[in-house]
Amino acid sequence: MSMIAGLISYLRGTEKKTAVIAKERLQIILAHERANRGAAPPDYLPALQEELMAVIAKYIHIDRDAIHVQLEKHGDYDVLELNITLPDKLRSPAIHPE
Amino acid sequence: MAKVIVVTSGKGGVGKTTTSASFSSGLALRGNRTVVIDFDVGLRNLDLIMGCERRVVYDIINVINNEISLKQALIKDKNCDNLYILPASQTRDKDALSLDGVERILNELKETFDFIVCDSPAGIESGAFTAMYFADEALIVTNPEVSSVRDSDRILGILAAKSKRAVDGLDPVKEHLLITRYDPKRVEAGEMLSLTDIQEILRIPLIGVIPESESVLQASNAGTPAIHLEKSNVAEAYRDVVGRFMGEENLPIRFTTVEKKSFLQRLLGGR
Repeated sequence: MSMIAGLISYLRGTEKKTAVIAKERLQIILAHERANRGAAPPDYLPALQEELMAVIAKYIHIDRDAIHVQLEKHGDYDVLELNITLPDKLRSPAIHPE
Repeated sequence: MAKVIVVTSGKGGVGKTTTSASFSSGLALRGNRTVVIDFDVGLRNLDLIMGCERRVVYDIINVINNEISLKQALIKDKNCDNLYILPASQTRDKDALSLDGVERILNELKETFDFIVCDSPAGIESGAFTAMYFADEALIVTNPEVSSVRDSDRILGILAAKSKRAVDGLDPVKEHLLITRYDPKRVEAGEMLSLTDIQEILRIPLIGVIPESESVLQASNAGTPAIHLEKSNVAEAYRDVVGRFMGEENLPIRFTTVEKKSFLQRLLGGR
């Protein structure tokens, strides 16, 4: 490092150090990887997803892949996460006449 | 009761074999009957680091296949009276290293030795798995570097879920974090993860920090485990690791700070 560069970086001292970036990146990716670790997802998940789909489709028109059911581990407890992406424009409810 | 200790990391090149050599030597120097086993079938290197490569005649696969007795395959270390080396096979197929065969060898070794140190290959394939499966304790060798920390975390997950202790529902494998190639200068400059950063991320107790040092290469060049080097921070740091492993709780972590520089020196950016 030249003297001037050293002086500038000393005076500024505001730039985020790469070690800080490394730590933040690791914390995020490991939280994710730890969540997916361990037992395989229970085998009722696909069926649960199907049935939820059917119920939701009664009221809203959505694509099959617009619904996500996921089981995540957060420390001592499991979280069942249901993620439904609604279409941009909600169509009128698809209420079945019968 | 004999203890099985695996030296593992996931990532390659972080210092597993260097650590296995020095750690087992340190245990033996304290009078413990110790054996160190190379599990890297096909890429054997512990013999080179221990300086006994020309005395290898038989290997672990010969023992597993009942071609020779265990005693015939053990090589006595040239530096320590209580230390023996069981080399990996350089030619055989990895699959020959069966869990049953390894268990049989470990049980036989337990009758004679106090400590059995297993030098794991890199990766998470069968060789690494076999090395860790029977472990009572684990040294997780980690460099202050993102890929190494991530791989260590993965290994911790496997130890917790798939080791024999986990499968049998016994007390979990006791895990120790060993940080190697640590450069305090770069840590202070914010260029390297600090030991507290790594501890915070991996959340296992720290057993030691080995500083980055040129003397590690010199030790491997000579075939002498780094712990035998004189006037070397690395040797001192490894002795501390062995001390802590043997229960000396009050050993301070050394060689992790830089001697303070003056304002002017820092301004000039001197290293």
